[in-house]
Amino acid sequence: MDFPAISVSDLTKNYGNRSAVSHATFEVPMGTVCGFVGPNGSGKTTTIRMILSLISPSSGTGTVLGHSITHPEKYLPAVGAMIEGPAFYPALSGRENLNVLATLGGFPLSRVNGLLEQVGLGERGGSKFKTYSLGMKQRLGIAAALLPNPKLLILDEPTNGLDPSGIQEVRELILALAKSGTTVFVSSHLLSELEMIAEYIVMLRLGKVIFAGKTATLLGRQAAILVARPEYSVDLGKIVEIAKNHGHDVTVEAGEARIISGADWAAQLNRLAFEAGVTLASLTAVSPTLEETFFEMTGDSQ
Amino acid sequence: MIRVFLAESRKLRRPTLVLSTILAVVGLEALFTSLLYLLINSRDGNSRRGETISASTLSLPNGLVAAFSSTATLLGVVALCIFAAQTAQEYSLGTLRNLLVRQPSRMKILGGKYLSMAFFALIMDLLALIVSASISFGLAGHAHVITKLWTSHAGLHILAQSFGNVFLATLGYGTLGMILGLLLRSPISSVALGSIWVILIESLLTLVVKGIDRWLPGQLIGTVGGGGMPELSYQRGLLVGGIYLLVGGAVVAFLFKRRDVSN
Repeated sequence: MDFPAISVSDLTKNYGNRSAVSHATFEVPMGTVCGFVGPNGSGKTTTIRMILSLISPSSGTGTVLGHSITHPEKYLPAVGAMIEGPAFYPALSGRENLNVLATLGGFPLSRVNGLLEQVGLGERGGSKFKTYSLGMKQRLGIAAALLPNPKLLILDEPTNGLDPSGIQEVRELILALAKSGTTVFVSSHLLSELEMIAEYIVMLRLGKVIFAGKTATLLGRQAAILVARPEYSVDLGKIVEIAKNHGHDVTVEAGEARIISGADWAAQLNRLAFEAGVTLASLTAVSPTLEETFFEMTGDSQ
Repeated sequence: MIRVFLAESRKLRRPTLVLSTILAVVGLEALFTSLLYLLINSRDGNSRRGETISASTLSLPNGLVAAFSSTATLLGVVALCIFAAQTAQEYSLGTLRNLLVRQPSRMKILGGKYLSMAFFALIMDLLALIVSASISFGLAGHAHVITKLWTSHAGLHILAQSFGNVFLATLGYGTLGMILGLLLRSPISSVALGSIWVILIESLLTLVVKGIDRWLPGQLIGTVGGGGMPELSYQRGLLVGGIYLLVGGAVVAFLFKRRDVSN
C-alpha cells in the first residue's frame, strides 16, 4: 500500500468567525505510530472528528486509508476510534456495550470476550458500565476501538485516568499493534509517553499545524540544552543572569540551570561563569525532550 | 439497517426498561379495565368525563376492546417517553459518535432505531391488549356483561382493527417523542415537554378554546387510537396528524443528517 493512512490537506473548520482548525495539512504514514499533540483547544479533537466524518469540514480535503473523508462508509469498517473519552450506556454491562457496537458494525460477537480479556476487564465484563472506575471505562473504550481489528486506530487521550501500570499496558498494546502493521494515531498530553512510542508527530497550535514529520527530525532541529550546576547553589542566580543577558531562555530545576542555547555555547558559558567568579561543578549538553520542544514551539508555559 | 435494528434491540432489552414498561402497561390496563367493569353501576360513570358504558353496550362485539381503546393516549405517552429518551440519550451520553463510527449512514441509524422502537411499541401494545382482554373476560360476569359476541367474527374483526388503531396512535406519539428527542437532544427535556404537552397543555387548550382539538397533534393522534370521536373524525386524525408527523420527521431527519456531532 503506497498511500498514507491519513492525509489531510488545507482542512479547515470554522464556527462563525472562530477557526477551530485552520488549513491543516499533514500525512500519517501507514504502519506507524503518530503522536498528535497540542495544547487544550488547539483543534486536535475537531480534526479527529473531521477525519471520522462526525464533523463536516468548512473547506479542505482528506483521505483515510486511501478513501476520501466524504465517503466514510468506505474506510470506517477498518478504523477503530476512541474520541474524547469513553462513552457508553451506563445501564448496560461492559460486555453488552461491546455487543451493541459489534452488532452494529457486523463484527463477530465472539471477539468481545477476547477483547475484554486483552484490556484487563475479563472478570468485570458483566458489571454495569456505571459501576466502572475511570480507568476501567478507559479500558472499555480501547476494547471498543479494537473491535474491528483495525488497520487504523485513532485514540484520543487513551491513558486518561489510568494508573502507571495501566499507562505502561497501553504503551505496550500500542507498540504491539504497530508491530502487527496497525497504524496508530494517538493524541495525548503525556508527551514523555509519546516520545517513547511515536515515530511521527503532528503538532497543532491554535488550530494550525506547526510541525508534521518524524519525531527525530523535530527533536533534532531544536537547540540542545546546556545543563549547568554551580559549585555553590547561591551562584545559580548569576548563571541565570549570564544566560538571559546573552538572549537565551533559561529555567531552573533541582539546583541546575537549563539553558536553551545549543551545545556550542558551552565553552563561552564556562568562561563567562569563571569571569563572574562562579565555578561550575558540571556542565553538560542534552537533547531537548518532546515536552521541552512542545513548550518551546507552542509557547505554552510550563 | 438490520444491524442497527438488532443493535438497538439490545439496548431496549435492558431489564430496567423492560420491567418499568411492563409495570406501567400492566398497571394502566388493570386500572382502566377494572374501573370500567367495577364501576358499571356507579352514578358517577365508569368512563371518561363521567359517561357510563352500560353492560348492554359492553356486550356488543366491540365491548372487549372498550377499555383497551380508551388507554391509547396513555400507552402513547409511555411510547413517547421511551422514543424520546432512547433518541436523546445518544447525545447526552455522547454515544452517538460511537454509533456513527460503526455505521456512518445516518439515515440507516435513524431508520433502524425507529424500527426497533416501533417493534418494542408493538410488543407493548400486545401486552396491553392481553392484559385488558384477560381482565375484561374475568370481570364480565361480575358486571353482567355477555361475552358471546366478543369472539364472533365481527368481534374479532373489531379486535384487530382496534389493535391496529392503538398501535398507529402509539407509533404516532412515539414519533412525536423521537422528533422532540432529536430536536432537544436531552432526555429529560424531551420527555418532560412531550408528556406535559400531550397530557396537560393540549387538554387545557381543548377545554378553553373551542374547536382547537382539530389542530392539536396529541388530540389528532389520540383520535386515531380511539377509532374516531364524535367531535373529531378518524380520517382527520389520520390525515392532519400524519402530515404533522411527516413534516416534523422530515425536518429532524434533515437536521440529524447534516448536524455536526460535537459532543
